[in-house]
Amino acid sequence: MRKPGSGKWNKYLTAGLIMTGIALLLGILGLFWTPYSTTAMSASEKFDAPSLRHIFGTDNFGRDIFSRVMKGLSTTIVIGSLVVAFSASAGILLGALTGYFGGLVDEIVMRVTDAVNGFPSILLALVLISLLGNGRQNVILALGIVFIPSYVRIVRSEFIRLRDADYIGRARLMGVCRIRILFVHILPNIFSVFWVSVMIGFNNAILAESGMSYLGIGVQPPDASLGKMLSDAQGYLQNAPWYALAPGLTIVWVVLGFSLFSEGIRRRV
Amino acid sequence: MKKKLLSLLLTALLTTAVLGGCGSDGTGESSGNNSSTGSSALEPAGDAAYGGSVVVGIQQDIDSLDPHKATAAGTKEILFNIFEGLVKPDKNGDLMNAVASDYTVSEDGLVYTFTLREGVKFHNGSVVTAEDVKYSLERASGLLDGTPLISSLKVLTSVDIIDEKTVQVTVGGANTELIYSFVAAIIPAGSGEDESGTPVGTGPFSFVSYTPQEGIVVKKNSDYWQKGLPYLDEVNFKIVTSTDTALLELQGGSIDIYPYLTDSQANELQGSFQILSAPSAVVQALYLNNADPLLSDVRIRQAICYALDKDAVNDFLAGGNATIISTGMLPTLQSYYVDLNDVYGTGANIDKAKELMADAGYPDGFDLEITVPSNYEYHMQTAEVVVEQLKSAGINAVIRPVEWNAWLEDCYNGRKYQSTISGLTSDATPGYMMNRFQKESKKNFINFDNAEYDEVYVKAAAAMDPEEKAGYYKQLQQILCDEAGSAFIQVPAITIALNPKLGGYTFYPVYVQDMSTVYYAE
Repeated sequence: MRKPGSGKWNKYLTAGLIMTGIALLLGILGLFWTPYSTTAMSASEKFDAPSLRHIFGTDNFGRDIFSRVMKGLSTTIVIGSLVVAFSASAGILLGALTGYFGGLVDEIVMRVTDAVNGFPSILLALVLISLLGNGRQNVILALGIVFIPSYVRIVRSEFIRLRDADYIGRARLMGVCRIRILFVHILPNIFSVFWVSVMIGFNNAILAESGMSYLGIGVQPPDASLGKMLSDAQGYLQNAPWYALAPGLTIVWVVLGFSLFSEGIRRRV
Repeated sequence: MKKKLLSLLLTALLTTAVLGGCGSDGTGESSGNNSSTGSSALEPAGDAAYGGSVVVGIQQDIDSLDPHKATAAGTKEILFNIFEGLVKPDKNGDLMNAVASDYTVSEDGLVYTFTLREGVKFHNGSVVTAEDVKYSLERASGLLDGTPLISSLKVLTSVDIIDEKTVQVTVGGANTELIYSFVAAIIPAGSGEDESGTPVGTGPFSFVSYTPQEGIVVKKNSDYWQKGLPYLDEVNFKIVTSTDTALLELQGGSIDIYPYLTDSQANELQGSFQILSAPSAVVQALYLNNADPLLSDVRIRQAICYALDKDAVNDFLAGGNATIISTGMLPTLQSYYVDLNDVYGTGANIDKAKELMADAGYPDGFDLEITVPSNYEYHMQTAEVVVEQLKSAGINAVIRPVEWNAWLEDCYNGRKYQSTISGLTSDATPGYMMNRFQKESKKNFINFDNAEYDEVYVKAAAAMDPEEKAGYYKQLQQILCDEAGSAFIQVPAITIALNPKLGGYTFYPVYVQDMSTVYYAE
């Protein structure tokens, strides 16, 4: 919205903002309040189709799906944010050091990230989970570790590009200390590239978390999570399609929203 | 620009499709299946034909192929096809002669004389001799090397060969139920340690191969002593740990028989498969570790029993088809079972639960960890319902899902757990389930400790008069229920899906999958 009226990039940003805005709003609201209890069961309301009372219908235990989607969304968003926060900070630290200084440490870190990148991320996360055990914290930790390399690469290449820039050379001549050069002179200049990768990383984290819950190793019942709901719903696709559609479309909505949002940012800068 | 938007949309859709992918694939196939078989009558019309092979979906890996060492019910139900004892269970829950053609029991109940059947052959071709029987019984009872592999047989004091076709077994104490223990597999003399690699028995099917995590394949034993059986040439027991996957495999046609359907799955398959249902031999309960500091208080255990709404569990999971129980005996054992559902009621009695908790010093509730073998969707879902029910009594229960092997190791054998939702299978003897709640029983994984119970059990086992015996068993159930040894929930109905072309599936009151009577209809 720097150039109002030009509009070319605005559509992405606006659409992305609206979609993620709604998702975030529901997710954050879900942390504190849901229309119905997410675990209260009711035998008389098993598999109610979507209606005004239950706008997404009810599941096999008569639980309100909309409430569970809200709760699942907040779980997913919290896990996604923590994963991104963890992996992005580690990525900045490692990328900055290796990119700026280079040398043997750079070589080692890069080979390790190559190795980690060589595995499919979900598979690697599965291995970590089997070592650490199920549960929310372990999912965050496992996914956090798995996603570090992508940030390291981006941050490192940007630091390599900027470390020989004139203004950095002058700063060095003036005797600015290295830490300051790294985090005050270079870091702010790579944020445009970095934000985009954070957005993409957030999407990946959401998908990975849903995937792991779908496989039964992420968030454990009776806590709601979108992936687990999908896998539960699988057996009822024919007689209660709304059960699968609600969490499925929610994931699409969130991922699409963030994709549009990051595309909008990329085009704006 | 439009292209960009489109591609973005597509990527988002595709990435999500990965999650739901398996689901939609399977059902896609199934609709094709429905149209080909759905309209026809689901009972196979023709006569029994010989030949063909079927794939049976099973829920868990094998714990041992050695019939004397196997303990998991999921293993025994398969080994039933490979091994036989002197006698074997029939579909009415009685015993029929198998390797033995006849037997007599002395009047004092201490000497059993078995006459071997003519011409029974092992899968390796050799004829079963008295030597083999002696070896098998001695191995199982621990007479061979001091470690009884089958604990109910440890009362055997000697096994003597009278002649080629006659074996005499002497026992230390009379027990009218002991004859049920002679279902213990007969294996070739000296084959003991080889059995776990290449099992050789006398059953209707012989062992072909076993691949861990995948399954076990057996083929027809053409020398089988029951003429005309089995019908099938080959049976493949395929391990499918998730019931969701099993449903998809059924619909996709890669499994012909699946015996562990959930209620909703049965509804979904109705129309494309034969759906058969019968009471299972499984006692499902929220088993409570009586040695746990919290659960050692009988009031806490009773509070949990009161807080459970068994009717709701039955309704949610079994569509109302299960049998609700309050004690550890199968209701199908009619002459021994006593209905104690009035003690705690089948619905929830939250006030009573809270009162007991307050008495015990926990007026505000407590934390409870429920360990559940996660490969059993049925137990997992039961746990979800139970957690919710306990919550209304202020009990904060959490589910800890574990792998089946970890469950066996930690909960069943190690007894390191607080509570667990699982199912125990019973055989057709009333003593089988009651035996395990004696203090010293190896199988007493709930650490039930009641002196009166142990006393009555000894009397029950010794009683020769059926009426008297039944009386003692009813007393045992009463103690188990009053002391709330565990929160017994239900005996689930067993619902199986059968390929519409198959016939002859037989339900047993015990937990076995008898494939010998299954056939393709012509």
